[in-house]
Amino acid sequence: MSAEVPEGASAEEQKEMEDKVTSPEKAEEAKLKARYPHLGQKPGGSDFLRKRLQKGQKYFDSGDYNMAKAKMKNKQLPTAAPDKTEVTGDHIPTPQDLPQRKPSLVTSKLAG
Amino acid sequence: MFLKFSLRSVFNGAGGGNDIQWCFSQVKGAVDDDVAEADIISTVEFNHSGELLATGDKGGRVVIFQQEQENKIQSHSRGEYNVYSTFQSHEPEFDYLKSLEIEEKINKIRWLPQKNAAQFLLSTNDKTIKLWKISERDKRPEGYNLKEEDGRYRDPTTVTTLRVPVFRPMDLMVEASPRRIFANAHTYHINSISINSDYETYLSADDLRINLWHLEITDRSFNIVDIKPANMEELTEVITAAEFHPNSCNTFVYSSSKGTIRLCDMRASALCDRHSKLFEEPEDPSNRSFFSEIISSISDVKFSHSGRYMMTRDYLSVKIWDLNMENRPVETYQVHEYLRSKLCSLYENDCIFDKFECCWNGSDSVVMTGSYNNFFRMFDRNTKRDITLEASRENNKPRTVLKPRKVCASGKRKKDEISVDSLDFNKKILHTAWHPKENIIAVATTNNLYIFQDKVN
Repeated sequence: MSAEVPEGASAEEQKEMEDKVTSPEKAEEAKLKARYPHLGQKPGGSDFLRKRLQKGQKYFDSGDYNMAKAKMKNKQLPTAAPDKTEVTGDHIPTPQDLPQRKPSLVTSKLAG
Repeated sequence: MFLKFSLRSVFNGAGGGNDIQWCFSQVKGAVDDDVAEADIISTVEFNHSGELLATGDKGGRVVIFQQEQENKIQSHSRGEYNVYSTFQSHEPEFDYLKSLEIEEKINKIRWLPQKNAAQFLLSTNDKTIKLWKISERDKRPEGYNLKEEDGRYRDPTTVTTLRVPVFRPMDLMVEASPRRIFANAHTYHINSISINSDYETYLSADDLRINLWHLEITDRSFNIVDIKPANMEELTEVITAAEFHPNSCNTFVYSSSKGTIRLCDMRASALCDRHSKLFEEPEDPSNRSFFSEIISSISDVKFSHSGRYMMTRDYLSVKIWDLNMENRPVETYQVHEYLRSKLCSLYENDCIFDKFECCWNGSDSVVMTGSYNNFFRMFDRNTKRDITLEASRENNKPRTVLKPRKVCASGKRKKDEISVDSLDFNKKILHTAWHPKENIIAVATTNNLYIFQDKVN
């Protein structure tokens, strides 16, 4: 059942290899760790929770905005990718990028 | 012949059982595949009599359907649900002080039991709870002395005789008005509201705190649970759902992102930080993986109507707990165990964080929850049988019995089975509701509301 284990492998390593074979969940974990080797030591802990608590947080620096506008002069400011929901990194938000925040004036289609 | 008839009626009366055949009844919403974000349904709830069915959406709107009462004599089917009222409950806001965008999405709707002619419901978004009064007007006064029928004032000097105004019938008008606004009590995002069995108070829960309100008082609320650590770096768990016990006005439960449920008694102390009971299923530490905690996070908790049991929903299963036993659930039902070998991709596409709800039928004999590919599942607690059905416009004819679905986890796929890799993970059924008395269910897909009922002979 278990894969070839090299000589001198610890009992823990051996068990881990066996687990990968028997448990689909552990196999998925191995897949994930292979793709993202720097994934945090504490899964499901502070990182997720903090992200959850910070939902809705929007940051805008008027200084950055005005400087970027001045630098660009007549050129357009870089616009966000259409599906980008987080405004971070190099992108500086412009009024054109911001999603409409007016309330829906349309009646729900469920009532149609 | 006579004996057979009476046996069948016993099965139907049980409210569950393997003899239930679910039929399509109605579907509400747009047909087009391009779904506007505002149309995403975010909550579904029957009122206490089942006559009204409310939905909330991401655009902050509430739509209430009413079951038509005629045709009850006709045994072909139960009354249809038609639009009764629709209104804008919440609007998008921006908290400039905290630089926080507040979504108008309706997270939960809870009905108050009916006390007079009007209906009342609580609806909440992330930050503000509102009490809405829905009332009918079918008469209007006519024959004023000083006003014309269109509202213009009459010149008093032209009035020569007096008349007594009378009420005359008019076309039914249903009005919704906000009666109370309960705001500014939550720093974090509200996930639950629950009305107490005293019908005077209710709780609202966010990620870290639970508050107790009186329905008449909007300028203050009592904090009854606070799990915020002094140092936020030490945060390990958040509150995911909370509910009052259906009969004991002093008891409530709240679930956590770590898969635990705490039962609290408000008689014990003003701040219920110390639980009276802690429900947790022991985990085999050798089975622990990166995903363990995430998939153990409870997305919904619901007491049975009897108050003896509670049901929790985590990513892969539904568990029934006996309030008298804390160390493990009495029943566990696998919703879609085949997803365990897909956790890596479900983590990458964020589906692993989807929050499924669950519900009981009126007699607590069957429980229901949603899944992907617009599938939903029912588990009969007595017969231990389960069924997978699909909410799809393909089964559109009324009284068409729904065909059970099956997902093929691995190996050779049989005819009519769907392989795990063909499942559409964008078609999720997160919200379902069961009529409190009859076998009528409301199932919400992304932007459509399906109503199914059992086959009435």
